[in-house]
Amino acid sequence: MTTAGATAVIGTPCTHCGLAVPPALITAGDGPQFCCAGCSAVYDILQSHGLSAYYRFGERREAAVRSSGRSYEEFDHPAFAELYVQQAGGGRMRTELYLEGVHCASCVWLVERVPLLLPGVARAELDIRRSLARVEWDSAAVSLSQLARALDRLGYAPHPFRGVARDAMRKREDRAMLTRIGVAGALAGNVMLAAGALYSGEFSGMESRYAELFRWMSLALTLPAVVFPGRVFFTGAWAALRTRTLHMDLPIAIAIAAALTRGAINTVTNSGPIYFDGVCILIFLLLVGRFLQQRGQRAATDAAELLYALAPTTARVVDADGTERELPAVALLPGMEVQVRAGESFPADGVIALGRTAVNAALLTGESMPTSARVSDRVFAGTLNVMAPVRVRVEESGETSRLAKILRQVEGSAQRRAPIVALANRMSGWFVAVVLALAVVTFLIWLPRDQALAWDHAIALLIVTCPCALALATPLAVTVAVGRAARAGIFIKGGDALELLSRPGEMVLDKTGTLTEGVTSLVAWWGDEAVKPLVLALEAGSSHPIADGFRRAWPAMAIAPASDVVHHAGGGISGTVNGTAVVVGSPRFVTARARGGEQYLARLTESALTPVFVAVDGVIVAAAAIGDRVRDDAGVALQALRLRGWHTTLLSGDDSAVARAVGAQLGFAASDAQGAASPEEKLAQLQQRVDIQRRSGRPVVMVGDGVNDAAAIAAASVGIGVHGGAEACLATADVYLTTPGIEPLVRLVEGSARTMRVIRRNIGFALCYNAAGVVLAMTGVISPFIAALLMPASSLTVLLGSYLGTTFVPASAPSVVFVPSDVTDRRERAA
Amino acid sequence: MSVLFIVVPLALIVVLAAVVAYIWSARAGQYDDLDTPAVRMLHDDDAAPPKEGR
Repeated sequence: MTTAGATAVIGTPCTHCGLAVPPALITAGDGPQFCCAGCSAVYDILQSHGLSAYYRFGERREAAVRSSGRSYEEFDHPAFAELYVQQAGGGRMRTELYLEGVHCASCVWLVERVPLLLPGVARAELDIRRSLARVEWDSAAVSLSQLARALDRLGYAPHPFRGVARDAMRKREDRAMLTRIGVAGALAGNVMLAAGALYSGEFSGMESRYAELFRWMSLALTLPAVVFPGRVFFTGAWAALRTRTLHMDLPIAIAIAAALTRGAINTVTNSGPIYFDGVCILIFLLLVGRFLQQRGQRAATDAAELLYALAPTTARVVDADGTERELPAVALLPGMEVQVRAGESFPADGVIALGRTAVNAALLTGESMPTSARVSDRVFAGTLNVMAPVRVRVEESGETSRLAKILRQVEGSAQRRAPIVALANRMSGWFVAVVLALAVVTFLIWLPRDQALAWDHAIALLIVTCPCALALATPLAVTVAVGRAARAGIFIKGGDALELLSRPGEMVLDKTGTLTEGVTSLVAWWGDEAVKPLVLALEAGSSHPIADGFRRAWPAMAIAPASDVVHHAGGGISGTVNGTAVVVGSPRFVTARARGGEQYLARLTESALTPVFVAVDGVIVAAAAIGDRVRDDAGVALQALRLRGWHTTLLSGDDSAVARAVGAQLGFAASDAQGAASPEEKLAQLQQRVDIQRRSGRPVVMVGDGVNDAAAIAAASVGIGVHGGAEACLATADVYLTTPGIEPLVRLVEGSARTMRVIRRNIGFALCYNAAGVVLAMTGVISPFIAALLMPASSLTVLLGSYLGTTFVPASAPSVVFVPSDVTDRRERAA
Repeated sequence: MSVLFIVVPLALIVVLAAVVAYIWSARAGQYDDLDTPAVRMLHDDDAAPPKEGR
C-alpha cells in the first residue's frame, strides 16, 4: 500500500485517485480534475450522498476507477440465487461477493457506505484480508444486480463467491476451536495458580487442609478441561487406533488419561503427586499450536475458490433478428453470436464475425502489446477487447474454453502440493513410537522396585515428552515470520514456501509486468527536443498503444491543435500542427515520406522496442523507442539473487527477439532467456524443471503476474505473484508482493533462510528439553515440580526464540529494528 | 487463613463468568475477522482525518 502523497505525480493529480490527469481531460478553473470517467462518477456519487469524508483518508486507493459498466442481470437469475444466495430472515437475503480492487482502509469505508447509496441494502461488511463483502438486502426493495452495479460503479467489480457454504462451515470450526482454546487457557491459568500455592507450600510448610483444598480445586478445574477442550485428543487418538496408524494424538491422549486418573486417585487418597497443572497446560499449548497450523494451511485452499470468481460470468448474445439479450456465460453454445464492447473481456473462445479491433491477450499469452484482430481471427475467453466493439461467433465456451482449461490445470497443480505435510506426519509417527516405547521401558525398569513409583515415573515421562514445544516450534516461527513479512510488503500464504525458499534453486521469471513495468511507455528519445509538442499534438486523438506511450511520457505538456490528421493503418499518423507538416510512425512509413534519419536506424534495430520516426516538413528530426520499460530495480535484484546461488531463467510469452533483448540487458545467459512460450508451454517447462530438481531437493520458483503464468505458478515448488498482477495469478501464488518491483524477492529469500534457522533452533531447544526430561524421568530423579517447570519453560523458550529472532525486516529500514542480546542472532547478522 | 475456603470458590465463580463471557463472544463471531475492525474504527464520520501509523 502506498500513500497518496508518497508517489510524485507529474502534472495535475486526479481529485479522486491521485494519478496524473491526461492533458486532454484537464478542465479549466480550480474545480476537481479527473483522470477518467470512472473517477468522475465516483466523485459525483460521493459528493451527492454527503460522503466527501472519503477524501480525508491519508491512505486512499491509488488507481483509476475501472467500472465495467455491466448490467449484472445474471445475479437476479433464480439459478444464481440457488447457488449463492441465502435467506437471512425478515425478507432479507444474504450473499458474499468477492470484490476486485480492494486495498486499504478507505475501501472498507466506501464499501460499507453502500447502504447509504442504495436504499434497501441493509448491511455491507468487508473482510479486507480476503476481499470478501458480505451483503444483506431487502429483496422487495432492491435487487442483487442493482447492488452489484452500485459496487461496480465505485470501482469494485463484484464476483459471486463459490465458497459460501464451505465458508460457513469453516467459520463454525474456527469458533469452536477458539472456544476450546479460551476455556483451556482459563482453566490452565487457574490450575497453575493452585499449583503455585502447592509448590511453595511444599517448600515452606502448609497446613494439610489448605493443601487438600488446592488439590481438590485443581481436580475440579482439570476435569472440565479434559472433558471439553481435551476431548479432541481422545477422538483423534481413537480415530488413529481404528485406522491402525501412529498419530501424535495417541501419546497425548494416553498421557492425559493416565495423569488424570493417577492424579485423581492421589487426590482422593491425599497422597503422592497430582499432575493436573501439567495436564491443563498440555491441553492448552497443544490446542494453540494446532490452531496456528490450521490457519496457515487454510489460505491455500481459499485460492482455488477465487479463481472461479474471476472468469467472466455474462455475455451479450445477438439473436438472428439482431436483438441483444444478456445470458450467463456458461449458457453460451457454439454457433451463437455475442457482442463484445470495447473494454470488455471475451466471454468465450470464438472467431470474429463482424468488426475489427485490437485484442490484449496478455492474460493468456503475456504479450505486452495488443494485437489487431479482424474478421475470422480467433479470440479467446478472458482476453480483453481493447479498441472497438466486435461480434464474435462462439466456438468453445464455459468448461471447454482455453481459459477454463488453464484454470483447471492451476487447480490440479495446487492440489498436488502435499508431500511436505506427508513427511511431517511420518516423522511424528516415529516420535510417537519412541515416546511410547520409552514410557513402557521406564515402567518396566521401576516395576520390580515399587509399583507406585513405576506409575509415577512413566506418567512423568509422558508429560515431559509431550510435544508442546515441538508442536509450537514450527507454526509459531512461521506465524511470526509471515506477520513480519506482510508488514514488509510480502504476503506469504503457507509455511512450506518459507522452507522451500530457504535454499537456493532455480528461479524462473516472467517478463511482461514482472521484470518490466507491463505498460507501453516512451523508453528513449533521440534528436530534436523541440518537436515533442508537435508529436503529442498529433497523437492526442489516437487510441493506438504508441500514442498512449507518448501521452504517458509527457502528461504535463500543453497540446496544440492539430489539423488534417490522417491515420495510416499499420504505418503511422500525419497532420499539420502550427502550420508545419508532421509525420510520426514506423521507420519504413516515415522514410517513404521524408529525408534523413539514417543515424537513428542502427540504434533502433538492436533493441526490443518499437521504433518511431518523427519528420517535420519532410526532414526526419527525431526518433523514439516505445516499449515496455524494464523495472529500475530488476538488474540489481537479479544480481543479488545470483550471488546467493540462485539460477535465474527468463520465460516469456512475448516475442523471442524481445525476450532475448531484455534477457541480455538483465544479464541472463542467452540460453536462459526464452520467448514465445504459451501458458501451456510454461506449465510444461515448470513441471519438467520441478521433476528434474525433485531428487536434489532444490526449489523451482516461478515469478509472474498474469493469468498466463497462473498454471506455471501453481506447478512450481513456490509460485510468486508480483505487485499489480492479475487476481488469478495472485490467487494461485504461494507468495505475493504488495510493493512494486522485484527487489522484495531478495528480502523474501533472505527472510526465508533466517526463518528456517529460527525454526531449527526452536526444534533443537524443544528436543533438548525433551531429552533432558526423558533422562530425568527414566532415572527417577524427576519430581512433578520439575516436570511442571520443564514443560512451560520449553514452550517459553520457543516463544521467545520465535519473537526475538530476526526474520523479515521492513523495506524502509534496512538495518535490524529489534536487537535482541542473543548470541545466535548476532552471528546471523554478521553473516 | 480459613478465609481461603470462601475466597477460592468465589474466585472460581468469577472465572466461570469470564469463561462464559468469552464463549459467548467467540460463538457470536467476534473473532471471525480480526483485520477489518481495526481499520473500521478509523471511520468515524465526523472525526478528524485518520493519521498514518507510519
